[in-house]
Amino acid sequence: MAGNVDALYIFLLIVTGMMTLLVFTAVIYFAARYRHRRGVPAEQIDGSTHLEITWTVIPFFVFMVIFLWGAVVYFKGRTPPRDSTEVYVVAKQWMWKLEHAEGQREINELHVPMGRDVKLIMTSQDVIHSFFVPAFRMKQDVLPGRYTIAWFHATKPGTYHLFCAEYCGTQHSGMVGDIVVMEPAQYEAWMSGGSTGPLSASGEKIFAELGCATCHRSDTQGRGPNLVGVFGKPVQLEDGRIINADENYVRESILDPGAKVVKGFKPVMPTFQGLVSEEQLNALIAYVKSLSNAGPAGPKTATAPERAPAPGNTGTKGTQVE
Amino acid sequence: MSTAIAQPVERENYLNTQYGVGSWLLTTDHKRIALLYLASITFFFFIGGFFALLIRLELLTPAGDLVQADTYNKLFTMHGQVMVFFFLIPSIPAVLGNFLVPMMIGAKDLAFPRINLLSWYLYIIAGILMLHCILTGGVDTGWTFYTPFSTEYSNTKVIEAGLAIFISGFSSILTGLNFIVTIHRMRAPGMTWTRLPLFIWAHYATSIIQILGTPVIAITLVLVVAERALHLGIFDPKLGGDPLLFQHLFWFYSHPAVYIMILPSMGVVSEVIACFSRKRIFGYSFVALSSIAIAVFGFLVWAHHMFVAGISVYAALIFSLLSYSVAVPSAVKVFNWTATLYKGSIHYEAPMLYAFGFLGLFTIGGLTGLFLAALGIDVHVTDTYFVVAHFHYIMVGGALMGYLGGMHFWWPKITGKLYPEGWARLAALIVFVGFNLTFFPQFILGYLGMPRRYFDYSHMPEFQVLNVLSTAGATILGIGYLLPMIYFLWSMRYGKPAPDNPWNAAGLEWQTQSPPKTFNFDEEPVVTWEAYNYDEIDKAHPEEVHVVG
Repeated sequence: MAGNVDALYIFLLIVTGMMTLLVFTAVIYFAARYRHRRGVPAEQIDGSTHLEITWTVIPFFVFMVIFLWGAVVYFKGRTPPRDSTEVYVVAKQWMWKLEHAEGQREINELHVPMGRDVKLIMTSQDVIHSFFVPAFRMKQDVLPGRYTIAWFHATKPGTYHLFCAEYCGTQHSGMVGDIVVMEPAQYEAWMSGGSTGPLSASGEKIFAELGCATCHRSDTQGRGPNLVGVFGKPVQLEDGRIINADENYVRESILDPGAKVVKGFKPVMPTFQGLVSEEQLNALIAYVKSLSNAGPAGPKTATAPERAPAPGNTGTKGTQVE
Repeated sequence: MSTAIAQPVERENYLNTQYGVGSWLLTTDHKRIALLYLASITFFFFIGGFFALLIRLELLTPAGDLVQADTYNKLFTMHGQVMVFFFLIPSIPAVLGNFLVPMMIGAKDLAFPRINLLSWYLYIIAGILMLHCILTGGVDTGWTFYTPFSTEYSNTKVIEAGLAIFISGFSSILTGLNFIVTIHRMRAPGMTWTRLPLFIWAHYATSIIQILGTPVIAITLVLVVAERALHLGIFDPKLGGDPLLFQHLFWFYSHPAVYIMILPSMGVVSEVIACFSRKRIFGYSFVALSSIAIAVFGFLVWAHHMFVAGISVYAALIFSLLSYSVAVPSAVKVFNWTATLYKGSIHYEAPMLYAFGFLGLFTIGGLTGLFLAALGIDVHVTDTYFVVAHFHYIMVGGALMGYLGGMHFWWPKITGKLYPEGWARLAALIVFVGFNLTFFPQFILGYLGMPRRYFDYSHMPEFQVLNVLSTAGATILGIGYLLPMIYFLWSMRYGKPAPDNPWNAAGLEWQTQSPPKTFNFDEEPVVTWEAYNYDEIDKAHPEEVHVVG
């Protein structure tokens, strides 16, 4: 990512540098060459439509090149590759809480493996924050009430600044941390310590405790939709719309279940607003994901989603090993 | 009255027809109201500048050691609010525009003189409220009032600051309304649209934005107050609101507001460059229409402030594309000003030095805008010092240079006194050098990743050198701003009396006496010539260009 952004940046430096040079040279040359001299009156020139068209059209095309290049870089930066390692980010005044899919929790420090795509699923407990890692040329605002997604791919081991880039109150400038990029082997060693089990497993526990399984059964008899194989797929709603079952949809379905009811079901689910914390929501989402992720891991299970998810068999784990 | 240094017999003019506080506070003369505005915005400029100075001093060292974190947050918030709403937005329109718009089109006054006075009173009420807010604790939301921080989390005087800006908005709307009606209805015979000075075109475009944009920020601030005071769920997701809705509404006004600041400045620059090149502006109609184009396109680019805020990728693509469309008319203006110099007869009086300064700084400010409109780069540099540097190049480098250039250009007309030219040239140079030293390092800081609104950067001490340069520049810049303040005041008492047209400039405002009479002209002028007829003027009075020296 950093390379792509820097290439465009250098291109822009050259283009704008040339434009600046052009204007400055012309202004300075004209100012000196045509300085007032007695007896030499100014020559009146009304304008030139040809010139006007030239300096409207040429900049316009230059701008379009910049626009397109910028758009391509942006599009890449906004689209996390499949099979990224997932990290859940909860921001609050004034700290970063980070949770790996494997269960490791960190504060203001994030350990990631070198050479792997890392996807961040981020939300805030209070005001708007922004996850900014200058070395990766990557920034994404973190909002309360929904998830925003970002990703990066670190190529060199080391410790990099993590900043909050959206002003968030008194200790805004204290909301800083480090991204620690490790060699894959070191990272595995680091990961093997201090985990309480994968995030999806805690999610499964919460799923059971809250009684979700009573309705969301793994057959077709439940009062709620079967959640197996749902995540990341299109879902048809009661009102006929088709939406993609992403993190934001699962979140909304837990906190505001009546908002988007799946076709064929009644809006009978109570809201869990205020009953689950952001961290518990993340665990639940990791669990719902794990019910689908077993699929792409192997061709054998891909066609038979109903027998795929032995609970706790986390697909995220599966992609890790690849 | 001993007028030891004045002309033998002082002619009757708008300054000496009446004396006493009442004659000023109840005046409906657009020129006196302009001076009321001049005094008020200068006051707020120095308050905003004082905050800036404290900000720069705090950033001299990485640790947060000069002020508390909360104090720092209030400083940058109130620096922004005071400078944007109480200085930059009223600056050129309410002072130079008020003074010159009627005179330039050959009118006796604005269309609604009493509404003009009302707009100043609204500004003063808003200003007193803002001062009260500042003195009793201040506000810490950033000038952007982002929700839900402003509505549910900040413990400071958000409502009071919001109301102050709400009221100042009406002052701005009334000024815009007055200009539009005046320009439509009160042009002297023969003053057709294509003969209007470009200063008038610029103010016409500005007025459109003031009328169409300002109500939106007013409504938005009312909604912020409603959520904060009554907990109506509008912007805070916990109450069922949407924080991005606030950003859309805020920038719908606040992006065009940048053009409220820069367009009048462009108008000044057109007048100054024409006069000191002794030439008609190259491509008059393109420069005039580009002002209107900027006003229109300016309303379609607001979400480029939100590329990382959580808007969809496709919305971002469209707003990036549209942002480049507004860059074209700005570029067209710069090229036309440059071409105007070609084969001119160029003088280097202080107003022209400011116009040169404007050209340089606005070019850099505009071109760095191309970086920010490029999606892939914006992700990295938004909310860093790169953005801070960019908009200061536009709003201080552009708008303020134009304002100072205009103040020097029309000072003889406004006061009937000449300012000291040598000091003025020196000040222009100091401002230019100080400005670049302050803000150029911030582009580098931003690309290196220093986020804005950080009071303490001890986590990244590597940023100190550039911050020290910036603070040093700010000190120089401060001196550059104090100088004109001092010699302008000095010249009001001790300056040489100004002739009616010291620059031998085109434009109706120079055909009346300095300072003008209350109703500007003895008889209504009839216009039979095109704007910027410098060839005719110089033929009639060769070698009478700069009597100031």
